[in-house]
Amino acid sequence: MISLQSLMNLDDRYELIVIGAGPAGMAAAIEATRNGVKTLVLDENGAIGGQIYRSITTATPKRLAVLGKDYAGGAELARTFTESGAAYLAKATVWRLTADRELGVSHDGMAKLITGERVLVATGALERPFPIAGWTLPGVMTAGAAQILLKASGAVMGPKMVLAGSGPLLWLLASQYLAADVPLLAILDTTPRKNVLRAIPHLPGFMASPYFRKGLGLVTKVRRAVRVYKNVDKLRAEGSERVERVRFSASGKEHSLELDHLLLHHGVVPEMNLLRSVGCEMAWDEEQICWHPIASAGGETSIPGIYVAGDGRAIYGAELARFGGRRAALEISKSLGAIDGAAFEHLCAQLEQESRPFIRGRFFLDRMFRPRREHLTPAHDALVCRCEEVLGSTLHDTIFRLKVLGPNQLKAFLRSGMGPCQGRQCSLSVTQTIAKLRGVSPEDVGAYRIRPPVKPITVGQIANLQTRHKRGLECLQ
Amino acid sequence: MLRRLDDFSTQTVRISIDDRTVEVQVGDSVAAALLLSGVTTTRTTVVSGAPRAPYCMMGVCFECLVTIDGVANRQACMVKVEKGMNVRTQIDRHPGRTT
Amino acid sequence: MHGEFGYAVIGGGLVGASLAYGLAKQGQKVVMLDEADIARRASRGNFALVWVQGKGAAFPVYSDWTISSALAWSGFADELEELTGIRLYHRRPGGFVLCLSEDELAFRAEELGKLKAYNAGYPFEILSREELVNLLPQIGPEVVGASYCALDGDVNSLMLLRSLHTAFALVGGTSLPGSKVVDIQCNSNVYRLSTLTGKVYANRIILAAGLGNRELGSMVGFDVPVRAQRGEIMVTEKIASFLHYPMHVIRQTNEGGVMIGDSHEEAEDYNSVSIPIQSGMASRAVRMFPCLEPLNVVRMWSALRVLSCDGYPIYAHSNTHPGAYLVTCHSGVTLAAAHAHRLAPSIHSGSWDPIISSFGLERFHAEAA
Repeated sequence: MISLQSLMNLDDRYELIVIGAGPAGMAAAIEATRNGVKTLVLDENGAIGGQIYRSITTATPKRLAVLGKDYAGGAELARTFTESGAAYLAKATVWRLTADRELGVSHDGMAKLITGERVLVATGALERPFPIAGWTLPGVMTAGAAQILLKASGAVMGPKMVLAGSGPLLWLLASQYLAADVPLLAILDTTPRKNVLRAIPHLPGFMASPYFRKGLGLVTKVRRAVRVYKNVDKLRAEGSERVERVRFSASGKEHSLELDHLLLHHGVVPEMNLLRSVGCEMAWDEEQICWHPIASAGGETSIPGIYVAGDGRAIYGAELARFGGRRAALEISKSLGAIDGAAFEHLCAQLEQESRPFIRGRFFLDRMFRPRREHLTPAHDALVCRCEEVLGSTLHDTIFRLKVLGPNQLKAFLRSGMGPCQGRQCSLSVTQTIAKLRGVSPEDVGAYRIRPPVKPITVGQIANLQTRHKRGLECLQ
Repeated sequence: MLRRLDDFSTQTVRISIDDRTVEVQVGDSVAAALLLSGVTTTRTTVVSGAPRAPYCMMGVCFECLVTIDGVANRQACMVKVEKGMNVRTQIDRHPGRTT
Repeated sequence: MHGEFGYAVIGGGLVGASLAYGLAKQGQKVVMLDEADIARRASRGNFALVWVQGKGAAFPVYSDWTISSALAWSGFADELEELTGIRLYHRRPGGFVLCLSEDELAFRAEELGKLKAYNAGYPFEILSREELVNLLPQIGPEVVGASYCALDGDVNSLMLLRSLHTAFALVGGTSLPGSKVVDIQCNSNVYRLSTLTGKVYANRIILAAGLGNRELGSMVGFDVPVRAQRGEIMVTEKIASFLHYPMHVIRQTNEGGVMIGDSHEEAEDYNSVSIPIQSGMASRAVRMFPCLEPLNVVRMWSALRVLSCDGYPIYAHSNTHPGAYLVTCHSGVTLAAAHAHRLAPSIHSGSWDPIISSFGLERFHAEAA
């Protein structure tokens, strides 16, 4: 790995630019450089690993013990990446991507435009929006945020901490807290009962997958140590200056718990603002209840030369993200003439074989942990757009009264999605609310169009790009 | 209300949070440093003045905006602490850099 | 099949919604047809100025029309706010055009001088840097002066769009979004509009579909001489209010974001932005107000202006299709008040305000001859 220190060290052109140094991005860069492809990896964090392996290169033995084997397994990938020939720039923000594969990159207060003959978007996932009343109160965070605090700072919350929602990450985090001897007040499991029935057909695949034993052991261990409320709905956080209590109903009975921290989680969804901003075609996936970029087996999107891999393509977890990153790198290497057809076929077949058990296990997880429908759209007294502070009731009322067909007209009417988060925290909820009220599929409703910059850049940084582009002034008055 | 697990100690640096000097660990994000220093609200919103705090810790919610070394609206979760850093929360004060 | 309407307004942008509201308010049975979620919508991309300064230098009657609308705007805003409860944040503190060179300033003085020659009461001033700095203390060292017109103002144009749609519904109008018009037939003085959601029958139709008027016009005997001109805008994060006056390329919204914009390109693509242009806009903006430099940009976009050959509005009644009207302009915000209060009643009464008659299609034919 050639660790770059500044934008000045960046070349104008690379054969492959990988955006994101998580499992997919690292695996792709390892494979591409092995084939002699000149590769640059850009990542906005201070160190490699992405979210799942965050701080893996600096983790202490105690931290590795608390976080578990899967996390520790990232160390080898990180080491292989470090030993690869890829160029890497940390703390680099990609704020723009065009169909000509030109990237706007900013770093340390400067901006630069560079081009990749191929671009691989490996920007991972973010927490699915959980728009319950009070989710904006200080003290309410995502389960993913708690994991980041644990990985990067060894920080834990407590003792009055409650986990609410559904999904493997919820149980993983609980087990990590237990491993660190940090008590949890309760887990509010919002998984609907009927999910079990829907998931059963995929049980054999799950049992044959590496997820099975791990998951079973984890849940059993947590259930023994923590009070778990099952079949939870009517969830709401309350408090004035910060969260003070959570109210909910469990199997029909009302409850209220006093607490200091409420961690929410009901799955993750692809982070796709960059792909949307360049106009990649997307399709709605009703199994995972989110959009997926349309891509070929090798990850090429609807825009030639732009590829996607990892959880940014579909939520399959870290292990499959590695396979996906490597698979995309093979495709890219072949398209650049860096490997021949026979080697490509051979390696792809091998990858497919190795990844199969993981894929089978995922179908079960998607169905078992399908989020509760009522938590996918905002309650009347919940903010749907955290940035512009648009209430669920306003959203419902406007859609109904002005016969709003889609999120872009809604954005014009209510400003939802116009704030600094660029719709990341409300896009899915808004699309699903319109779909619900219109009685159509989210596919028919569409999503916000995403405008550059997809990440912050200052007026001054954009102004300074002008030295390369004197022509721009001609179109101004 | 956040605390560190005992043996995660590494190198520390001093930063200033709203004119208070605190000791934090190298590798902490500013958001983590704020939470570990007992700061619960990191800003109030421009729209309604409601209190907010770090939510996602990974740069996608833009809730943890604070002023770092005079530059307003920096994402605290995306910036690592550095020795002598001056961090100001954005509570009850519009982050105007123009006045 | 939908019911029968007195008027079908084709277009749900600011122009269409202003007319639809103006007609429905008079008790007409009006249907407003609009496209789906994604369309070429000038009304979502505009700069939100209610602007007078410099308009009509080559066509003075346009300056009269613009001034009349700007003066009517306060009453129009009050009327809409009272009806809908949606605040529009209209203000008329006067606006500036900042100049970064003596040549620019001299050019401004000459252009505005032409308007003064036509209308002795035309309210404009040329301000030196010294005079300007008292009003806009944050200007950068390169600003040499500005022109100022007391009639200029701005509004929250997205709130205006929402307000017009809400008001239209409140006075009994019918909205049919997602109903792009694909065919127009006229039989026995009744228009049959084929839309993507079904057929609509109306006695009179008004084409207010922006660039879409080119295609629609040909169905009812209009040759519509409009073209797209792309403009790009960037908007910053919200900051404390510091710009108390709108400027032709920079304004601060009531929410606190600073809009920077007003490029001009002959282009029909509105899905991308050009870094050279954005960079040039940012650079000029920072020279005008150095304090903008550290602000984060929240979004950049481009939108299409709807420009006629001479840049002025077109208000016309079809020669071949009685009851079919054409309305197009690129100042849907500024002219919203005039469109609702004067153009809509003129169309309905059939006796056109003389000033409105000046904006017919004949002017283009006369030039050709």
